[in-house]
Amino acid sequence: MRKDIDIRKFLANNIVPIIFIVLCAVCIPLAGYSGQYLVSQIITRIMRNSFLVLSLLIPIMAGMGLNFGMTLGAMAGQIGIIFITAWNVVGIPGLLLAAIIATPIAALLGWFCGKMLNMAKGREMITSYMISFFMNGVYQLVVLYGMGPVIPLHSDQVILPRGYGVRNTIDLISVRQSVDNFWALTIGGVKIPLLTIILIALLCVVIIWFRKTKLGQDMRAVGQDMEVAREAGIKVERTRILAIVISTIFAAYGMILYLSNMGTLNTYNSHSQIGMFSIAALLVGGASVSRASIKNVFLGIILFHLMFILAPQAGRELMGQAQIGEFFRVFISYGVITLSLVLYEIRERREKAESAKAIAAQQKEAKA
Amino acid sequence: MSEMTKPLLEMQSVSKEYNGNPVLKDVNFTLKEGEVLGLVGENGAGKSTLMNILFGMDVIQQTGGYGGKVLIDGKEVKFASPLDALNAGIGMVHQEFSLLPGFTAAENILLNREPENRSVLSLVFGPRANTIDRKTLQKKAIDAITKLGVSLDSDMLVSEMPVGHKQFTEISREISKSSIRLLVLDEPTAVLSEKEAEMLLKAIRNLSAQGIAVIFITHRLQEILDVCNKVIVMRDGRIISELEAEKTSIPEMAKLMVGREVSASASSKREEKKLSDDIVLSVKNLWVDMPGETVKDVNLEVHKGEFLGIGGLAGQGKIGIPNGIMGLYPSGGKVVLNGKEIPLGDTRACLDSSIAFVSEDRRGVGLLLDESLEWNIAFPAMQIQNKFLKKYLGGLIKWRDQGAIKAVTDKYIKQLQIKCTSSKQKAKELSGGNQQKICLAKAFALEPKLLFVSEPTRGIDVGAKALVLQALKEYNSKLGVTIVMISSELEELRQCCDRIAIVTDGAISGILPASRPSEDFGMLMVGKSKKEAN
Amino acid sequence: MEKVRSFLASFGLPRLIIAGFLLLLFIVAPFVGIRVGASISDTLARFGMNSIMVLAMVPMIHSGCGLNFGLPLGIISGLLGATLSIETGVTGPLSFLLAILYSTPFALIFGWGYGKLLNRVKGSEMMIATYVGFSSVAFMSIMWLILPYSSPTMVWGYSGSGLRTTISTDGFYSQILHNFLCLKVGTIEISFGEILFFALFAFIIWAFLHTKTGTAMTAVGSNPIFARASGISVDRQRTLSVIMSTWLGALGILCYQQGYGFIQLYQGPMYMAMPAVSAILIGGASVNKASIPNVIIGTILYQGIVTMTPSVMNNIIHTDMSEVLRIIVSNGMILYALTRKSGASR
Repeated sequence: MRKDIDIRKFLANNIVPIIFIVLCAVCIPLAGYSGQYLVSQIITRIMRNSFLVLSLLIPIMAGMGLNFGMTLGAMAGQIGIIFITAWNVVGIPGLLLAAIIATPIAALLGWFCGKMLNMAKGREMITSYMISFFMNGVYQLVVLYGMGPVIPLHSDQVILPRGYGVRNTIDLISVRQSVDNFWALTIGGVKIPLLTIILIALLCVVIIWFRKTKLGQDMRAVGQDMEVAREAGIKVERTRILAIVISTIFAAYGMILYLSNMGTLNTYNSHSQIGMFSIAALLVGGASVSRASIKNVFLGIILFHLMFILAPQAGRELMGQAQIGEFFRVFISYGVITLSLVLYEIRERREKAESAKAIAAQQKEAKA
Repeated sequence: MSEMTKPLLEMQSVSKEYNGNPVLKDVNFTLKEGEVLGLVGENGAGKSTLMNILFGMDVIQQTGGYGGKVLIDGKEVKFASPLDALNAGIGMVHQEFSLLPGFTAAENILLNREPENRSVLSLVFGPRANTIDRKTLQKKAIDAITKLGVSLDSDMLVSEMPVGHKQFTEISREISKSSIRLLVLDEPTAVLSEKEAEMLLKAIRNLSAQGIAVIFITHRLQEILDVCNKVIVMRDGRIISELEAEKTSIPEMAKLMVGREVSASASSKREEKKLSDDIVLSVKNLWVDMPGETVKDVNLEVHKGEFLGIGGLAGQGKIGIPNGIMGLYPSGGKVVLNGKEIPLGDTRACLDSSIAFVSEDRRGVGLLLDESLEWNIAFPAMQIQNKFLKKYLGGLIKWRDQGAIKAVTDKYIKQLQIKCTSSKQKAKELSGGNQQKICLAKAFALEPKLLFVSEPTRGIDVGAKALVLQALKEYNSKLGVTIVMISSELEELRQCCDRIAIVTDGAISGILPASRPSEDFGMLMVGKSKKEAN
Repeated sequence: MEKVRSFLASFGLPRLIIAGFLLLLFIVAPFVGIRVGASISDTLARFGMNSIMVLAMVPMIHSGCGLNFGLPLGIISGLLGATLSIETGVTGPLSFLLAILYSTPFALIFGWGYGKLLNRVKGSEMMIATYVGFSSVAFMSIMWLILPYSSPTMVWGYSGSGLRTTISTDGFYSQILHNFLCLKVGTIEISFGEILFFALFAFIIWAFLHTKTGTAMTAVGSNPIFARASGISVDRQRTLSVIMSTWLGALGILCYQQGYGFIQLYQGPMYMAMPAVSAILIGGASVNKASIPNVIIGTILYQGIVTMTPSVMNNIIHTDMSEVLRIIVSNGMILYALTRKSGASR
């Protein structure tokens, strides 16, 4: 009896990852990729995305939900990359310089986002989502019109022939894979980029360490109950802003790593896509609006990107159209976010309904 | 040496008024180290105001400060904020828990006072980058728990604790502050089981033995006798009496709490009305899950045409009764109106069978603050009884009849003397008393056979109070509508009602005619049944 | 000074800036060689195309469901109606009526389900609505490929299956409302057809809000606990409002298609909620209060800015940054509404 309930609870709490495991299990034979190909692809994706997804953990800890504003960090990272490409700083020093440029921009944007979210308590997610849209406009204003005349950049590689504005796509040949190739092993035909792994591991360690700090503890407190935390003398607003600032800065670094791995920058698209994909990946890994762990990050990236690789091929095999697979994976990314949000809300509500049952039971008990 | 003889806390003729209404008058008392002081009084007697003054709460400064002096160790203090009070060694445990459910007891006890390990990183990122020293945190928490002398697992999550342990966690948090010398406990046993309450009383004795003074606010008078050195009874903002706990008794305290000199209004009480034999409403085994006002097992019969009062102390569940019957909170049991059972949790069914309800929560439940008075008054009658509607196309289109709505609103504005600029004014712009009248008008417009009125005079001024009560009395006597009024003010109930039921611990502890002396009700309120009292 | 401040507070600074900006554009326009008449006609035409989608915000705001970021769901119902109508091969005005007719059952069913869902997630409606919209657009993208449509005007020519990304409504209902009662006053072209069409539905909504049920809906939005204590089924009112909003969304997109001349499928409806949301906010609505005048003023201001900025900007600085400005203005407006303390006092 008890076991029965436990299994049901386990299923209910992990429904999203389970759906994904089943989907992947169905798609793997359909797509017919070799195991080696899949493994190397998955490793590439983990290297590419985990830094970005990890950046989402801290705001969740502070009770601010999924930080759709991570897009702001991605924008900052892209601005850094645009600069170093224009100045032609190559390799790892180039990426470092990009990170140095991106940090203050990300901090500023994060601070702005945090301020806004403090004004919209209780609807952080939709607000951070709208901030990412709003800032996208500002970003375009800067990059499309400001770069060239206002911000002096004169590289043909970066600037459009008309003399201002950044090109739609920038080839990042000078920094491409420079982190991944710096110190890489090949095992059984699969490339293992050690430096990237070290960087990601380092971030994981930082996050684990961060949870143990005073600030981390304060964030957990604020995340659970702002009023109680305030009464205890914790500076609630400041703590929340810090959570967003840190997340935004990490997202900026994550974006720089991502771009160097990809080797091309889609100036006007990369950042908005990356926000959605990172959040979807985290949720696929079993995270919820209020709880997420490093385990969720990696499980999520593996499952989500496995799906991503498989879907078009599976679609082609099944329906004769690769496009169906493409649309299917878009649907899955949005659907998974919708499902997670809805399940989270319903679960919250159910917990509140429990107390009524307790009283009815008490009355019965008292009578018996 | 003379410092030692000075009392820890002394209040000298402390007084306070809100907008010209005195709520505290000439309060004097002293408290020595390790002494346990019991503070009793009805709701609104001034206990909370007194504690707010002691703690330098913002609300006191914002409303013009207080009169008299508060002395600690013989020196006058004026706390500008609760933080100052904490620094002076005064801690308070409030009725509502202020705990984080996902933290362990230890983490809650030392919230924002966690011991830290310095690290190199904190030189770069500032002190908040220090890691938390879990070992010391555990140790400190366990120290505080031991000092309190209760059994509490410091690693247990608050969300998994029984309510008593939550209370102990709260108290341990205050104890863990090294400077603590005076602890104020505001009704700490209200939520506890008997066993847990016993443990708490033992803990209070422990603290007292360690030289920590305690102010213990409670409605359970037995506990006062068990644990306190002395008792202060407050009524209407005054200290009525200061008693040695050893020399007093429950009846004496109860009488002092509620007993008023026979005032003019009470003596001119309405003549006794003969109760009709018809039972309008019968309630059996009602439970209601209303946070803070849980009803556990209420059985009640209301006679036709009567004005029934329901009294009792705050938090005992009296307010939960109408809210549960009307289906505003999850409830269960059996409610029969005029021989027909009403399904619980179905507001519409209640309203359809001519029950109306004026909620205690005017702004939250009672009013559409952003809409006009017309809407507020006409809305339920329009929705439930299809009044104030013009019908077109054979009733297919039910159009709001602005004329009829305005007429009925103006009628009640006149009848209840509602002060407003027009019937189009928004409800939020009215004063509390006038808002209350709107709520009454809304219920009257339904022309109910049975009317529940919950706390109709809460938070309104004296003039409006009299008007509201008068309107209710007339409604009962002239139209013969059965009224059940829930109020925390016993005098008010005694003025209006035929019978008064007292609710204690989620159940009716007794029903008496309103003409009985107030100490009888006092005894019922503090949880002594009739036979025990006599 | 006090008066000015209270006026500013009630009108909202951003709204004032936008109105002022639009006025400025109209003043500047003649000096930089833009024909104002054409601009006004353009603005009015866009008003006709977009106003019903903005109107679709009203019922949900009234019942307290917040801004309808799930508008794409209504749009999809409209798209289904449009494609089905064309599939039948009927042309002319009748095809428009058919499109409305076919889209209605979809809108009712989708709206009902969407309403039920929103009832279970009270408090987070807007976020979930956004993603319901996105998911449904993505899902329908698959469906457009699979569904067995066969009309040659709609299906990809080379493969013979799957709908095109854009389908022309030429010969079906393109400009059908626009050309109805279209008058020319000087240089200004006013299409009374579109305006009347909008007026009809605006009147229906206005009238609905004056009925018993409409009153209940407003009360639910104003204070759901009050409504519940007055015996109103809050969930039912909310569901009803969502169905209405969804249906208006379907009508809105049909109206848009007739003015625009094309049906946009696949990812087309993805971001269509944003302009409508920000238009009603610009018109003076808040997250939980909206009226018909808000719809009219908002649509005119929003569409005015959208039409005027590109031409004026282009003529002044020879750069078209209107799209970017539009993104900043419309999303900034939504952000402003979200970060303000909830409009109503509860």
